[in-house]
Amino acid sequence: MIKFLKRFYLVIVLLFLYLPIAVLIIQSFNAGVSRAKWEGFSLKWYQELLQSPTIMEALYVTFTIAIIASIASTILGTLAAIGIHAMSRRPQAAMMTMTNIPMTMPDIVTGISLMLLFIFTRVERGYFTMLLAHITFDTPYVILSVLPKLREMNRHSYEAALDLGATPGYALRRVILPSVRPGIITGALLAFTLSLDDFTISYFTTSPLVQNLSTLIYSETRKGVKPTMNALSALMFVALLILLLAVNYRSTKTSEAK
Amino acid sequence: MSSLNMPQWGVWLFALGLGGAIIFLGMSIRRHHGVHRSLFSWPYSLWIAVFTVVPLFLVAFYAFTDKAGQLTLENFANFWDSNREMKQQLIAMGYDPIVMGMGERGTVNVDTLVYSLWMALMCTGICFVIGYPAALFISEREFKLGPTLIVLFIIPMWMNFLLRTVAWMTLLEDNGLINTLLQRMGLGRVRLMYNSQAVLLGMVYNYLPFMVFPVYNALSRQDYKLSEAAMDLGADKWRTFSRVTFPLSLPGIVSGITMVFMPSVTTFFIPRALGGGNTEMFGDLIERTFLTADNWNVGSALSLIMMLLILLSMGLLRKVDPEGEGGSLL
Repeated sequence: MIKFLKRFYLVIVLLFLYLPIAVLIIQSFNAGVSRAKWEGFSLKWYQELLQSPTIMEALYVTFTIAIIASIASTILGTLAAIGIHAMSRRPQAAMMTMTNIPMTMPDIVTGISLMLLFIFTRVERGYFTMLLAHITFDTPYVILSVLPKLREMNRHSYEAALDLGATPGYALRRVILPSVRPGIITGALLAFTLSLDDFTISYFTTSPLVQNLSTLIYSETRKGVKPTMNALSALMFVALLILLLAVNYRSTKTSEAK
Repeated sequence: MSSLNMPQWGVWLFALGLGGAIIFLGMSIRRHHGVHRSLFSWPYSLWIAVFTVVPLFLVAFYAFTDKAGQLTLENFANFWDSNREMKQQLIAMGYDPIVMGMGERGTVNVDTLVYSLWMALMCTGICFVIGYPAALFISEREFKLGPTLIVLFIIPMWMNFLLRTVAWMTLLEDNGLINTLLQRMGLGRVRLMYNSQAVLLGMVYNYLPFMVFPVYNALSRQDYKLSEAAMDLGADKWRTFSRVTFPLSLPGIVSGITMVFMPSVTTFFIPRALGGGNTEMFGDLIERTFLTADNWNVGSALSLIMMLLILLSMGLLRKVDPEGEGGSLL
């Protein structure tokens, strides 16, 4: 009986979490405009979605920024992690504090401070500034997924490679990078999802002319939600689901391999 | 904005920093007879300096200066009394604000801050009450579906929070699904949206997974032999829970509270979407001050106050869980 009650409780909580999403997805197939009435199955919102130039452009901005930002922050973050790992204790602590600051800072403050920077330096806000902002908030997450892998590594293998005549560059490529690869990939995927999902920081660092999906949704909700937004939500949910399953599959695989 | 030109001292400071960096780099290369690996973090250090440190200094700079760039504490005074600027204008024009009925302190900003803190506390409390039992049941050893279920709890967290909030809008609206169902059942329509409860619902919905996950982590990492030992020594179920399981899950609770409370205080958009006009929270106030009122100095002061608040509560929570054992999302 108690066991049943526990299961029942979990089902209720999960229903609470998934009901709105489910309703949104079902609505996206509704032929009518009304949200409350079912007027038959149709794909017309998806069609409209694909034909809308603003949405397609936002999609392009979102994905190119996510790809470029995740690649850049992965390179920057992996190098930084290797550097931080090799530091002595005090500079290491200082660097970790600096890495933690953007992660603890509220998004809105990060966004506003970057906006002030771009206005102060007279860089026109748009695609490029949004990209810079995304690299800035992605990189700490890459560092935090690579560092644990570096700490797990045998610290003598790098020195052994050097003793055996490898140049530091060769040892880096052949010893360090392969053993931290899982961390790098997890970090890159994390950066990609975060960048795909971000609203607050993008909102402050771009102009109304360059919109990603989140800022577009934001400006749409001010005018009233259109059914195409439901279709878009459904698509994004499925895309994120696939990505998340990929990350999860990876991390369970790596933790099993240990 | 007239004072945006980089002042002379700014240029000198920049040159000094760059020169210092180059000298430091050179010395480090010389000392280590080549490129030491710690130098790999240099691009990142530079990046942080430009995109994290300088922007934060800019926020502080604007918070402590007025529109002409003069040092002042006026912005914080404006935070305390939102009518201050108007009163000063009246005085400058030769009117007496008290006679005009404007003598009182404008409490909008402080009220919004208190309201945000209150909402964040409520949200954290509700998330804990709903989330802790859920995490406890999932983490039970005999529950084979546990690891799968926790993934189900995390997935919604990764969905765009705007979309999640929009989803609630479709449910709660006056013509929304719930109201339509109520009407079909012969009950009248109810105003579900545009109040604090709706905002709270949206917040709990958004942040609940942030509570469940760290608590689950702390509970499932626990050595189950400890609670078995307690049972063997004669403790009943409740005693085992209150004396062993619960205390050992405290680090998870602390990081759960951190992860719910921090973003709740700074909640942005949810109050506007679900709450209508009169439920503004601190995040919206900052955004409005910057973008609508175009007052960067007061906006920066507000941001600074918010950051201080976050740091303060982080420090408090660190004291409870110094090792950060609760673990984060990573």
